[in-house]
Amino acid sequence: MKKRTMETSLAGHSPGLVRSIERRLFLKQGLSLGALALLSGCDPTDDEGVQSLLKGMSRWNDRAQGWLFNPNKLAPEYPESAITKPFPFNAFYSEEEVTLVDGKDYKLELEGLIREKKPWTLPELYGLPQTSQITRHICVEGWSAIGKWSGVRFSEFLARVGADTSAKYIGFTCADDYYTSIDMETALHPQTLLTFRFADQVLPPKYGFPMKLRIPTKLGFKNPKHIMSMFVSNEYPGGYWEDQGYNWFSGS
Amino acid sequence: MEAAQAQWVKVHPLVVRVTHWINAFGILIMVASGWRIYNASPLFPFRIPNELTLGGWLAGALQWHFAAMWLIVINGSVYLTYGIVSGHFRRKLFPLTPGAVFRDMLRALRGQLAHEDLSVYNAAQRAAYLAIILCAIVLVLSGLAIWKPVQLQEITAIFGGYESTRVVHFLAMALLVLIVVVHVAMVILVPRTFPTMITGRARRTS
Repeated sequence: MKKRTMETSLAGHSPGLVRSIERRLFLKQGLSLGALALLSGCDPTDDEGVQSLLKGMSRWNDRAQGWLFNPNKLAPEYPESAITKPFPFNAFYSEEEVTLVDGKDYKLELEGLIREKKPWTLPELYGLPQTSQITRHICVEGWSAIGKWSGVRFSEFLARVGADTSAKYIGFTCADDYYTSIDMETALHPQTLLTFRFADQVLPPKYGFPMKLRIPTKLGFKNPKHIMSMFVSNEYPGGYWEDQGYNWFSGS
Repeated sequence: MEAAQAQWVKVHPLVVRVTHWINAFGILIMVASGWRIYNASPLFPFRIPNELTLGGWLAGALQWHFAAMWLIVINGSVYLTYGIVSGHFRRKLFPLTPGAVFRDMLRALRGQLAHEDLSVYNAAQRAAYLAIILCAIVLVLSGLAIWKPVQLQEITAIFGGYESTRVVHFLAMALLVLIVVVHVAMVILVPRTFPTMITGRARRTS
């Protein structure tokens, strides 16, 4: 429509001039389209082609972070005095909606490429060699907080149950319907702990009773709470936030 | 009528023009998506209006930020390597003295800064372009330090730890945006400079 009007109004002028004016109009319209897109909140993110490009780049970033990950590099540890008080609560629901898991009947289920699939009770898990760490929890939103967690080295647990550590992924399903998954290299990192205690107390429900996988080499949302079952797999398991577009590896 | 003999002078080499526009596009994405990321957990008691941001929500903004990151770093590396190896920086941005910068900034504010020869930058321009380069380097380093505070913890430590690195990243962004705003304002005031950054040539009338 616009183009026709322009052609009519420019009839009789030299083709060179018309072309040059058209070019200028095109530039002007292009620029104002960009400004309009920005101002109207019509986000180019919604475009299908842009979407697949961004998702492709996120998968590329998964791989890049896998290469960058050094299994011997330790997250900085802090003194007790550096602990953040109160430690922030964070989940995809509010603090009043925290899931309460009954510890008496609790059993951790194991599935997938694991030799000993016998479920674990809490007293059995508490009986494993325990270790502590004071590390910085970094949220994908940008804020961070330092906390103290205690539990068993995840690599130790995986060895005891005979997990196939040559597999690619470990997935977790949680009592609050959260789910996530991590790469095997991170699972075997010495600071990745299956924790049962926070600040020297039994993990309170808001921080993930009965257990939270603490991974100081990953962002907070990669640290599942209220874990009910885990599975070892070579098929990409995704995650609650990851399936919505958050980067899967999300390493620190 | 005797028309002045038009003489074309080469102002910007091809590498500089190409990397300039890729960089402009990349910085726009980084800043707009970065503002959305900032809004997820503001460092200061203000938010950036969502209308000015890119990504729609935090996950989208992060996708943009960590995609354009590669564009910025690769393009910036080409530009820096070219600038150093070819002598472009040495010729165009130096010598640079504080006195000359101060003098030319005053002249610019009074509207007395001449731009007869676009191939030679005045001291205010030299300072601004050098500051943009330094800002970009600080932004990339502090960005890496926020992205990988464990794997690249040595860089995070240089900036004083995770939390202060976030502040550095924000302040470097703010300074860069300020210089870019002045830069664009100057281009609007001296529009001859705009096509020059596309064609690389300027008409010198003598």
